[in-house]
Amino acid sequence: MPMLNAKPTLKSTLIALLYLAPLLLIVGVFTLWPLITTFLMSGYTHYNYFTNHVGGLGMVNFQFLWHDPDFHLALRNTLFFVIGVVPATVFLALGAALLLNRLPQLATFFRTVYFLPFVTSTVAISLVWNWLFHRDNGLLNALLRTHVDWLNDPHYALGALIIVCIWQNLGFNIILFLAGLNHLDPRYQAAANLDGASTWQRLTNVTWPLLTPMTVLITVNAIITNFKVFNQIYALFHGTAGPANADITLMYYLYQKFYVENQYPVAAACGVVLFGLILLITGLAALYFHRHAWWRGGQRG
Amino acid sequence: MKSVKLSLTYLVLTLGALTMLLPFVWMLVTSLQPAATTFTGPQLRLPPAWQWLNYPRAWHAAPFARYCLNSLVVTLTTTVGQLVTSILAAFAFTHLRFYGRRILFNGLIALMMVPGELLLIPNFITMTRLHWVDTYAALIIPWLASIFAMFTLRQAFNTASATTYYAARLDGASNWQYLWQILVPANRPTITAVAVLQIIGSWNAFMWPLIITNFPRLRTLPVGLVTFTSETGTDYPLLMAATVFVIFPLLILYLFLQKYLIAGITRANLKG
Repeated sequence: MPMLNAKPTLKSTLIALLYLAPLLLIVGVFTLWPLITTFLMSGYTHYNYFTNHVGGLGMVNFQFLWHDPDFHLALRNTLFFVIGVVPATVFLALGAALLLNRLPQLATFFRTVYFLPFVTSTVAISLVWNWLFHRDNGLLNALLRTHVDWLNDPHYALGALIIVCIWQNLGFNIILFLAGLNHLDPRYQAAANLDGASTWQRLTNVTWPLLTPMTVLITVNAIITNFKVFNQIYALFHGTAGPANADITLMYYLYQKFYVENQYPVAAACGVVLFGLILLITGLAALYFHRHAWWRGGQRG
Repeated sequence: MKSVKLSLTYLVLTLGALTMLLPFVWMLVTSLQPAATTFTGPQLRLPPAWQWLNYPRAWHAAPFARYCLNSLVVTLTTTVGQLVTSILAAFAFTHLRFYGRRILFNGLIALMMVPGELLLIPNFITMTRLHWVDTYAALIIPWLASIFAMFTLRQAFNTASATTYYAARLDGASNWQYLWQILVPANRPTITAVAVLQIIGSWNAFMWPLIITNFPRLRTLPVGLVTFTSETGTDYPLLMAATVFVIFPLLILYLFLQKYLIAGITRANLKG
């Protein structure tokens, strides 16, 4: 790291602050301050938005969530949704990356195609999916020779959302797995080869264990992203949470309480719960990496 | 045996690629259908007559020119602004000594973990109190800084040569000159990657523009598209033509800047 002066002085601190000021100002006003406010607001009782009057601080909003059937539904849907999307995405992405990695040709072409959804507007492509899912005129029912009302039947509506999100997440995760595969030391493969290991043995005994930290990272990232699903629902169901609230998620619940019903403190409390879940997942991942640090250290040496 | 395996690999990957392309192809095919045909069951064949006029028809059915202009303005200003604030901060963190450097940096990293959705409500209230609802300011100013961009640039600046910095400073270059004339040009690939990621994020942003704009005048393309949907109902050819307006510009950008984008994602997610 290039450093001209080893010791900070008052003058060097002032100069550095000038460089930092624009970023700190924006982050302070639009990230730090709202973060504090959200936590405070989740405790507001009898909040009046127009007069900015706060009755007091308490747990009423969390109690409300605890007893609200809609919130239960949102929580349950979010968990089902994440369980439906993440394992399938990680598994498919890993498979595709492994196949792509041994292609002599056209790997770039395939990568380009798989990655297309990442650069595509979520709402725009969800509208296309809305058309693909159309019961009478949709392509999906025509190809599958079914007559499923994907978007209006509560039994299928969450499944439809899961399909869209797997399709959308895949390319990004393939790129990450490809990068992980490129980082592996080829000497392990060569050694296994010399010992006469088959392709399958090399995959299960060499590649997979070496790739586990990367897989944990990708899985955690996918869980966090999918916990916050919103845009797809909004576009797929034209600004509703699906038939009979079949696709209401935590984020959609937050949006409804906040923007439709103007119950800001309840929405803030929902945000705090969402944040807690994300912190929990991140914490578990951090614990995993802490435990396996010795192993990663050994790998480097 | 080996060639069988390889052809099987190609087969699986091709099927996957077709699945990925299907929605895009179907969007284009539908956008060229005559309006009536989409209502007589699924059309698995190409349009009998390609309706190119669907595009101008869709373009004029809603103020898409205005939406497009808004998207361009917001995307360009936030991207440039974010680059400037991130470059300045990343330079301070890598090249300048100051009190509280470590604490400040760790604090910013902790803030990076906070999901942006959590900040929606207070930021919306800030906007109403500032009377910024339905202004460009609301669409642009909150997005003028990105800790993620700063973090990525810091990684790049960290590997800059110390010798060059010393030499430049000894030759009388100021920090400011060194930053913009040597460090920034030397890190052009990383900066391009950060810019491309920001362009994608900003162009496709939905929730914030949705809640902060009430009138067509300020809507960006994705928000305009969704409101257009609820107004158009079931004229799917028209709808798909409008969808193309939103998706197409970034597809072009992607095909040209793919290399930087993928390098940027890899770097940001692996070295973090």
